[in-house]
Order: sequence, then structure tokens, then C-alpha cells
Amino acid sequence: MYGKGLKPLSIATVAMLAVALSLVFFYAPLDGDQGFIQKIFYVHVPLAIVALIGFILGGVFAIAHLRTNNRKWDAYSYVSIHISVIFGVAVLITGAIWAKASWGHWWVWDEPTLVSFLIVFLLYATYYPFRYAIEDRDRQARYASVFAVTAGAFVPLNFMAVRMAQSLVHPRTFATAEGGMPGEMMLAFLCMLVAIGLLWTTLVKFELTAKSASGQVKRLRRALDAPVGGGSSRIAPEVS
Amino acid sequence: MVELAALPLAAPALPLDEAGKYVAGAYVVFMVLLVVYVGIMAAKLGRIERELREVAAIAEDRKAEKREEVSA
Repeated sequence: MYGKGLKPLSIATVAMLAVALSLVFFYAPLDGDQGFIQKIFYVHVPLAIVALIGFILGGVFAIAHLRTNNRKWDAYSYVSIHISVIFGVAVLITGAIWAKASWGHWWVWDEPTLVSFLIVFLLYATYYPFRYAIEDRDRQARYASVFAVTAGAFVPLNFMAVRMAQSLVHPRTFATAEGGMPGEMMLAFLCMLVAIGLLWTTLVKFELTAKSASGQVKRLRRALDAPVGGGSSRIAPEVS
Repeated sequence: MVELAALPLAAPALPLDEAGKYVAGAYVVFMVLLVVYVGIMAAKLGRIERELREVAAIAEDRKAEKREEVSA
């Protein structure tokens, strides 16, 4: 069931990524201030936005799990957070590369945007050991959902606090005080944002399909009274 | 620790040959993470396929045993 529509979604993701990357490198003009280095912006910022939205979605799915007690929502929440953490790794590394090129330093500790993203990332990094520490699957799912809701609520609060803070060096993406981004840059950025959003959705669907297939195999083994293989993870929720 | 005051607020743009390696680095990191993830997913899929083959073999053995019982 989870694999339904995966093929057209994958094709759309690859096509959109190709279009977006073409726009970034062949259509969007060079930034007058930063020059070619600014091209990192088109991968770094969409990854950050999609990762943060993914964390919030993880919280929304967790609410659905707590309300309905349906394990399907726990799996959605887990997978959303899992893919967003991977995107978060990419955000931190691409951001560090951009910082080194622009500021001459890989990391700046008193810059609120950088540190706040690191805090959010580290918060979600604790999600795995937290899940792993609980043996009972029902309790594990319930506690993980509470964690996802709390952390998910923290993400927009953290984002707003950072927007309100005085930033000295980190640029504001949609600042309009100086006219904002030129149209060509905005088009390339929006296409990249859609492409990264599609990539996130595709990866979530892939992960859910794999978990579903693994769950079905276990069900078959149980139906046949065959020993259940020990290869599956204790952390990841089962989907049937 | 790096102080904010020490950072160049209006640094001149890097020349293309120097900026290129940073931009390439950022996009390569993105692609490598994606490839690593796809590789992990491929390994998972391989494990599921192996398990499915084992289950199919068990089901076929059971069916053969039943057929032998009926014929006996």
C-alpha cells in the first residue's frame, strides 16, 4: 500500500531536481555581493526549510498516533523525523562549507541561526537513543510520540526566536528591507525548494514501503510458525 | 572561539576558481548523503528479498509435506 505512486513520485523528484539544478547554475544570476559562493544557498536553505517542516510533521503525525493509537502514525512520525535528521546533517555540512567560504570559519558559536539549528538537530538526535531505551513497543511508540510533539512544538518557537534576534552575519533569506531576491534567483530557489520537498516525500515513502514489506514478511513467518529473523531493528516501528 | 566582530561583514566575493571548490563540495556532500541513503535502502531491500525467499521455501516445503501425507 505504501509503495503506491512511488514510481511517478520518484520520476517527478528526479525531473524536478534536474530542472532546479539547471536553473541554479544556468539561469539564476551571480550574486553581486558573494559571487559564485552564493550558489550554496540554493541547496542549503531548502534543505533547512524542508528538514524543519519534516520535524513539525513528525509532531503532527505523533498527535494523530496519540489520538487514535494507530501504529501507522507512529511509523509516519518516526520516518519523518529520520529523514529530517539526515537532511539536518546535510544542512550542517553545507552551512559549514558556506561559512568557511564566506566568513573564513567553519562555525561561529555566537551566531543565533547556526547554534539554534544545531540545538534542534541535537534534540532530534536524542530521539533514537530515547526510543531504543524502551523495550516495550507500545510504551516506546507512546513515549516517542510525546517526544515528537514536544520537540515539534519547539521548532517553530525556536525559528521565531531566531528571526527576532539581531543577526550580524547570517543573511535573512526573505528579507525585504533591501528589495529581497531578484525574480530569477527566487524562481531557482522556489524550484529547488519544491525539488527538495519532493525528495523528502519520496524518501519517506521509500522508507515506509521498506518497513511495510519487512512487516509483511514477519506476518508471513508468524502465520507459517516459522522463526522470525533477527535482522530487523528494535528502534524502528513496524508497519503492517 | 570565533568572535562575531572578527568576521568580515562585507567580504569581497571569492574568485571563481576558489569559490568553485566550495560550491562543488556543498553539492557533492548533498549527493553523497543521498547515494549513501540509497545504498542503505538497497541493502535493506536485499535483506527483505532474502527473508521472503526463505518464507516462500518454508511454505513450499509445508505444501509438499501435506501432499505426501495425502498420497500416503
